[in-house]
Amino acid sequence: MSALNPDYLFVFILAAFVGFQLIKKVSPLLHSPLMSLTNAIAAVVIVGAITITGEEGATPLAKTLGFIAVFCATVNLVSGFMITDRMLKMFKPRGK
Amino acid sequence: MHAFVPFAAIISSSLFILALMWMSHPSTARRGVRAGEIGMLVAIVGALVQHEVVDYNLIIIAMIAGAAVGIPMALLMPMTAIPQRTAISHAFGALAVGLIGAAEYYKHAHAEYAGSFIVWALMFEMLLGFLTCTASVIAFAKLQELMGSRPVSFPGQRIVNGVVALAAVVIGAMLAIDPTQTWLFPAFVALALLFGILMVIPIGGADMPTVIALLNSYAGLAASAMGFALGNKLLIVAGALDGASGFILAVIMCKAMNRSFANVMFGGFGTVVAG
Repeated sequence: MSALNPDYLFVFILAAFVGFQLIKKVSPLLHSPLMSLTNAIAAVVIVGAITITGEEGATPLAKTLGFIAVFCATVNLVSGFMITDRMLKMFKPRGK
Repeated sequence: MHAFVPFAAIISSSLFILALMWMSHPSTARRGVRAGEIGMLVAIVGALVQHEVVDYNLIIIAMIAGAAVGIPMALLMPMTAIPQRTAISHAFGALAVGLIGAAEYYKHAHAEYAGSFIVWALMFEMLLGFLTCTASVIAFAKLQELMGSRPVSFPGQRIVNGVVALAAVVIGAMLAIDPTQTWLFPAFVALALLFGILMVIPIGGADMPTVIALLNSYAGLAASAMGFALGNKLLIVAGALDGASGFILAVIMCKAMNRSFANVMFGGFGTVVAG
């Protein structure tokens, strides 16, 4: 596993195209909530943080760094989704 | 339970794509948020049931503490303070990215990983992660008016920025070529953090939302790089979605302000840019 796995690059390229296509036509009204949502989705790195913290044979250093990383990612995740929701609540009357 | 792990990645990737899709229209936007939340939940459960994960105590404590900080942050911020809240939440996410990269780096700081793709990916990830972290903090400080929102410039700024960026890249490359030089690692982190600050101080407060969108894109790319290093497709997909959407959003926002992208990024150097 010391070289680039082309499968991963393939996945990356396809996902990047999907991302471009999805955002291209978004209404300007939704720019702020969208930014907030992508910010929340970036918190998916919590997956990596969980693995590092809980791994069998994790060193104390890895556990410490992982612990802080899980904490930070959770802050990002919780506040990211909640604030997006709060923003969208303001739109509701107009949306209906 | 372990058989669930690869499917968790597929389910949450799909939900993230749906979240962005639904988010592009006001009538379906809230459904988009739900999809994103469920996707994240599936991703976390998938991570927790991996057979590598044996110790749950620290994870649970960290998650509770994170929620205890994150919930008030989301609820107490006035609605007018949305952009800076996104920025500070971003700083947390980016710091997490950087720290994970650091932990992984120390795991791979052995001669057998010299010049391996994993270490290169980790260096790239940390560079973006740490610079996004400090850049987001500065963006937050400017929007919150903790510091002047005017562009900060000083003589030779471009040169200083260039030297710092170059130094960070060179040290990162040295570490990737020989990961056993752990003494260089703190310098690499410090330079990446410093570059994040230097990158944003010359940009005026009015352009901050664009910068935040761009930082979103960096955080996404960093998450992708982490996915490459850890061999995790979910991170690659989510990161690529963020990377692409953050970038295109930054470009759209520039267009909406009738500015060119380069103008926002580099225009603040030296002068206050005329609109």
